[in-house]
Amino acid sequence: MTPDTSRTPAAGPDSYYGRPVIKAPSWSAQDIAGYFFLGGLAGAGSVLAAGAQLTGRTTTATALKVSSLTAVGLSAAALIHDLGRPSRFPNMLRVFKPTSPMSMGSWLLSAYGPAAGAAALCAASGRLPKAGAAATTAAALLGPALATYTAVLAADTAVPAWHGVHRELPYLFAASATGAASGMALAVGPLHENAPARCAAALAALADVAALRAVERRLDTVAVTYQEGRAGTLMRAARALTAAGAAGAVLFGHRSRAAAAGAGLALLAGSACTRFGVFAAGIASAEDPAHTVGPQREAVARRTAHSK
Amino acid sequence: MRDDLYSGTGQDPARDAGHTNAPPRVGFFTDTSVCIGCKACEVACKEWNAIPEDGLTLTGMSYDNTGGLGASTWRHVAFVEQPTPSGRTMLPLVEPDRAAGGPAEATGMRWLMSSDVCKHCTHAACLDVCPTGSLFRTEFGTVVVQEDICNGCGVCVPACPYGVIEQRPTDGRAFKCTMCYDRLGAGQEPACAKACPTESIQFGPLDELRERAALRVEQLHDAGVTEARLYGHEPDNGVGGDGAFFLLLDEPEVYGLPPDPVVTTRDLPAMWRHAGIAALSLAGSAALSFVLPALTRRKARR
Repeated sequence: MTPDTSRTPAAGPDSYYGRPVIKAPSWSAQDIAGYFFLGGLAGAGSVLAAGAQLTGRTTTATALKVSSLTAVGLSAAALIHDLGRPSRFPNMLRVFKPTSPMSMGSWLLSAYGPAAGAAALCAASGRLPKAGAAATTAAALLGPALATYTAVLAADTAVPAWHGVHRELPYLFAASATGAASGMALAVGPLHENAPARCAAALAALADVAALRAVERRLDTVAVTYQEGRAGTLMRAARALTAAGAAGAVLFGHRSRAAAAGAGLALLAGSACTRFGVFAAGIASAEDPAHTVGPQREAVARRTAHSK
Repeated sequence: MRDDLYSGTGQDPARDAGHTNAPPRVGFFTDTSVCIGCKACEVACKEWNAIPEDGLTLTGMSYDNTGGLGASTWRHVAFVEQPTPSGRTMLPLVEPDRAAGGPAEATGMRWLMSSDVCKHCTHAACLDVCPTGSLFRTEFGTVVVQEDICNGCGVCVPACPYGVIEQRPTDGRAFKCTMCYDRLGAGQEPACAKACPTESIQFGPLDELRERAALRVEQLHDAGVTEARLYGHEPDNGVGGDGAFFLLLDEPEVYGLPPDPVVTTRDLPAMWRHAGIAALSLAGSAALSFVLPALTRRKARR
């Protein structure tokens, strides 16, 4: 019997019937991209909260501590939801394994979570100020790591759009986290306290543009996964929202409460779009065998040329 | 870079993992030039390991309705249907004169069949990234998942450069080939190798298999099958050498294999370094955000 080749994809030279070479993560975007976003918001929020505390901006400090606690609580919930059964989470703390970003992240989360919780509870209740200050400091020291380790979690995979930018991704995540936290500070803090948040928003937006440009340059042909489809839409939205948020914050953030809140919300949405966009780009790159095979063939060609 | 952080950085992964009295490392050599696509290996694997069915859907491509390796397929036989100018399946089993005028030419197609399996890498990314210790290195140098410890985080799935390990949708936990760890412990060969009628799947000490594979390639080249090549046999490839390697009759990607797989954790020191610098720059820019407004205010007051 002759197979009907007109309807079946040919077993071409590039891949096995166009099927993916690697397995895309089966993580749900809501859980894991959400976890990336919330971890960034919580971590960078703790840093800004500590700064606000130090400089006497107490309303903003308290609000950020509460937002960080909420974010880290939700991110832990997202992580556990992704495991399927809550009883499976304790296995995360069975070993301490530096080669596993997921293991490091779980330990980081279990150290940061209580610190952020104590900081928020002390600030909200006004009790135990010394313990509150210690918890605020601890959360601020762990926060940046929480915001950037998720980039290693994504990059330490065979997913072309993530692994290919393992050097650049942490900076994109740091910028996005700062954008989210400054957005939260603008949205919840009073006008007379928001000068640092406006400054942070501007720095975050600049760093975001630079990091994303570096990502796209490094990826070469795989960069299309960040430019097309769902990821493309999200990344364009992220760029527009972050730019609008930062501009709004710098120009009008000190004049009007509504403008500050609007800019803050735009920055938060921009950061979320960045995380969901990076996630979608990774999935798209894993599902298309060309993105796995192409760069690897080039690597082989480079090696052969070099050895000749 | 601290080499001892990783599971198996040398060529003796079992000893690197702490098995002091490890037996010689074992593996698979899959010679696809003699595979007849009978799928006995797939079935034997399913039966021995009591793996659930994959679903009864048709893929609509070739005669391969399994598609690829996964949580419920630990051996997968690929059926590559290739249009070729001569339509000849270039095997030394077929005499050249007969092949030229044989029935294959009428269709203009050639068939390549190949049984794929977990590569049991010397440097295994799945094992490195597993946060629970569920994935471990056995005394035979193979990589196995412990079902009762796997918590379904799924990080091993995208870490595998070969796309082998997968989460079972109904369960969430990850599964893959164990090289029949239970049978090895009892001094037996894995079910797939046992069931293979053509000795396409060969099991044994890895060193011995590599020698045997080199001889077989030479034999095929002498017989005029110049496209025969080994895949995953080099101890110094991107994953430190595969515990399961192949003799192929075309480029690896034709069979759905990556042409140049690299263990993802190789770049981990660089990743942690950049994440650290990024974290510091996050803290620095936050500090700057508090200093700059204070400075400008002071300037404005002057």
